[in-house]
Amino acid sequence: MNPTSIPRRSIPRRWHIPRLHPAAAFAVWRRNALVWRRLFVSSLVFHFGEPLLYLIGIGYGLGRFIDGMEGMDGISYLSFFASGLVASSTMMSTSYEATYSAYTRMVPQKTYDGIIATPVEVDDIVAGEMLWCATKGCMAGASLLIVATLIGAFAGFEALLCIPILLLIGLAFSGLALAITATAPSYDYFSYYMTLFITPMFILCGVFYPISSMPAFVQGLIQVLPLTHAVALVRPIVTGAALENPILHIAILIAFAFVGFYVAAILIRRRFIL
Amino acid sequence: MTISDSRPERGSAASVVRARNLLKRFGTKTVIDDLDLDMPRGGCYGLLGPNGAGKTTLLRMLLGHVLPDAGTLEVLGEPVPAAARSVRARIGIVPQDDNLDPDFTVMENLRIYAGYFPQPARRPLTPWLESLLEFVSLHERATDRIQSLSGGMRRRLVIARALVNDPELLILDEPTTGLDPQVRHLIWAKLRELIKKGSTILLTTHYMEEAERLCDRLAIVDQGRILAEDTPKTLIAQRVEPSVIELRIRGAGHRASADDVPAEPTGLPEAISRHARIERIDETWHCHTHHPQRVLEHLPRYPEIEYLHRPANLEDVFLNLTGRELRD
Ligand SMILES: Nc1ncnc2c1ncn2[C@@H]1O[C@H](COP(=O)(O)OP(=O)(O)O)[C@@H](O)[C@H]1O
Ligand SMILES: [Mg+2]
Repeated sequence: MNPTSIPRRSIPRRWHIPRLHPAAAFAVWRRNALVWRRLFVSSLVFHFGEPLLYLIGIGYGLGRFIDGMEGMDGISYLSFFASGLVASSTMMSTSYEATYSAYTRMVPQKTYDGIIATPVEVDDIVAGEMLWCATKGCMAGASLLIVATLIGAFAGFEALLCIPILLLIGLAFSGLALAITATAPSYDYFSYYMTLFITPMFILCGVFYPISSMPAFVQGLIQVLPLTHAVALVRPIVTGAALENPILHIAILIAFAFVGFYVAAILIRRRFIL
Repeated sequence: MTISDSRPERGSAASVVRARNLLKRFGTKTVIDDLDLDMPRGGCYGLLGPNGAGKTTLLRMLLGHVLPDAGTLEVLGEPVPAAARSVRARIGIVPQDDNLDPDFTVMENLRIYAGYFPQPARRPLTPWLESLLEFVSLHERATDRIQSLSGGMRRRLVIARALVNDPELLILDEPTTGLDPQVRHLIWAKLRELIKKGSTILLTTHYMEEAERLCDRLAIVDQGRILAEDTPKTLIAQRVEPSVIELRIRGAGHRASADDVPAEPTGLPEAISRHARIERIDETWHCHTHHPQRVLEHLPRYPEIEYLHRPANLEDVFLNLTGRELRD
């Protein structure tokens, strides 16, 4: 054997900084979008029907008893809750797409195996998937936004200005979920992620009530969760209030997106590059 | 330079694949073991080996999907894995397991796949894709779902898909495993057509017939090593005796009980062994020999023996090199 053939540790070779090819990532996004276009009626019912039920049932039903209470930022409970729900349904829809659906593509359907035989790299697939899952979340959030605006929950159509923020929220959640998907042995794994991470955020991060009503130590914990920052951005924008610390919230969501992307890329490389 | 060779040839174009001291371990198991390979441009090159020989691993190394633990690898003159992305733009792959996209139709599968390449091979794209479907006789199924295709049709579609970028090298991993003889012959005909048009093909197989019919050169692989490499004819000429005489006792294998062992034909093995290399497999003696007449002249004295005299083939070479024990 020649002197260059000293076996190296193979793990660090999969830790390199991602190299992205935007056209390749877009091709992956486009593939998923084309599948969605075909199935969108049923997915609309799934991702949109449930939040709508919450909006009507809790926003109207519960709102009548709550309206006028302190700490609601001076808005109706319907507005308060609907704005939180726009953020949380973006999170939910993104997370479902990046776990159950992405796993279907990655494992049983072998879609990624087909794609990596082309010049598309694993990192491009991860970027394209993240963008797609974020798009999906953004569509779920945006459709709720439109309905809530139409029923008068929000100030007016300026509410639609928060759609780019919804995309950012989607990116923040899709990287995390894809990292989970990369390590999943089966579909069962995702119910842990949903039950232990996503649902607690839905309940704790200010969708239903102001965070200030929680004990101080819980508030500290809530501040590190991404949905808190998503709600903190969406609520003022859609209700026409002044944003507090927008740069901080945006920076935190961007950080979640980048760290999620890098971790997901490393983990998915491990599945496909031996 | 003429129009026909206008295709850019980068790097050292003599070999399409050049491997030196390639090594790959999975855990403690050495799957590619200090392997050297030079595959020439043009024609069909075969990797023939039993299950678990490391064929798929080697092919995945060419794509940059298995990272070698040691050694150097060049594909189409470019270093792999460093330039794997650019190499993959220039090759077509038919994987061992179909991974067609079940969410799309036949034509959409080609179109989506073409979209993964930086530049489309041909413009306009649609007539090019239609011609590929026609090539594999699937043009009438263009709008069908993947689920409605038979195994043979899927395999043909995967071959068409591997051609969308008009590859300089087509790689097929066991292209006919699990298919009907009819489909197998159709696929062989298609591959021969491509070879005739000047394509370069690398395929793996464990079918002797496939290797013998298609491949201009063969590497016999076992346990991550290349045991022999040459044209099928030369391998047969150099690696085994030219004639094989298979002997068996009439009625052997139809015995009533295990105790009812047929008597060894007294003196025969000794008589033959001076002229032949004898391998006993179950009830049959395989006599590999340069002098078939000297073996055959003993046989009239043993009426209980039936025999078959045939020229040596690739299977004899293969079994001689890789041994007869079962692989799983
Ligand atoms: N991902 C893997 N992890 C561990 N061992 C593997 C892996 N892939 C293949 N192997 C082992 O490597 C050997 C060669 O496999 P493979 O290249 O698929 O052989 P072939 O294609 O010639 O049948 C086999 O023993 C197989 O079990
Ligand atoms: Mg194999």
